[in-house]
Amino acid sequence: MGVTQATEQVSGVENYNNVLGNNILTTSLDKVVNWSRSRSLWPMTFGLACCAIEMMATGAARFDLDRMGVLFRASPRQADVIIIAGTVTHKMLPVIEVVYEQMPEPKYVVAMGACASSGGVFDTYSVVQGIDQVLPVDVYVPGCPPRPESLLYGLIKLQEKIMRERNSFGAAIGAGDVIPG
Amino acid sequence: MSQAVVAKLKGAFAASVLDVKEHRGEVTVTVKKDEIVAICQFLKDEAGYNFLCDLCGVDYLGQEPRFMVVYNLYNITTKERLRIKTPVEEQGACVDTVSGVWSTANWHERECWDLMGIKFAGHPDLRRILMPADWEGHPLRKDYPLQGPGRDPYQGRLS
Repeated sequence: MGVTQATEQVSGVENYNNVLGNNILTTSLDKVVNWSRSRSLWPMTFGLACCAIEMMATGAARFDLDRMGVLFRASPRQADVIIIAGTVTHKMLPVIEVVYEQMPEPKYVVAMGACASSGGVFDTYSVVQGIDQVLPVDVYVPGCPPRPESLLYGLIKLQEKIMRERNSFGAAIGAGDVIPG
Repeated sequence: MSQAVVAKLKGAFAASVLDVKEHRGEVTVTVKKDEIVAICQFLKDEAGYNFLCDLCGVDYLGQEPRFMVVYNLYNITTKERLRIKTPVEEQGACVDTVSGVWSTANWHERECWDLMGIKFAGHPDLRRILMPADWEGHPLRKDYPLQGPGRDPYQGRLS
């Protein structure tokens, strides 16, 4: 019986080939959109403290973010994700908000390190106790500072999250909102 | 050498010098705040203290007068240092600016105003310099809550 099913599947593919020719793939639009978004995740070039050094190391030759399609962009208008790499002070907060608001949708936020996630050791009047008080954070990367492997893992988790999104094509043409992954 | 400067200073401003202390070769002169600009001008012109290393405020909460403004002077030619201190009472908390003597005092005094809340009379641009412009309060005062006015004070680690 298993053999019969396999034969039917093979003949089904052959039928497609007869109609469409070779080198045709069928998939859903959401999957194509999610795939292209998650494989060209361009972060905003933006560092605040020592985490930024680790972020730069992640982007450089040894860890090489480029191989995952993660290219740092120097303009928020070309960026898809902002990595909050470091301590956020109340004085810096308006700047981060302006940069975030200039990024086009869809946009994602990675809180890198203890300070961006919770304020870290800086439990004082001048430090924002976690960037999630202001921006919608998608991935928290723990560490002080996180090693490049941690940031890489966080970005892979973000890619997986983007791949789980639904209605991403519909939202792009104005039909409803993205259902988050 | 610094003692000679102190003797000169005492000669010119006998009524203003409150105290002279020497500790491990560092001379500290405490003066009244009324003549602080004239004293600083004198030290720059007559004693060659042509560089103001630092100007800062100290909060002696519970003592009277509460604040102290400290001027750390340096003579670039002879490589000598001198520290001038002047007490400032809490009420009004104001000293005359020395930004006319050393231009660098401009930003130092802004920092002192921002974090300590000590005003500097005659300052050309007395704005906050480190905290956001709309901040309320002066965080380096001893009675300022460490975690900011909007939060409960630190109770120790919960774990």
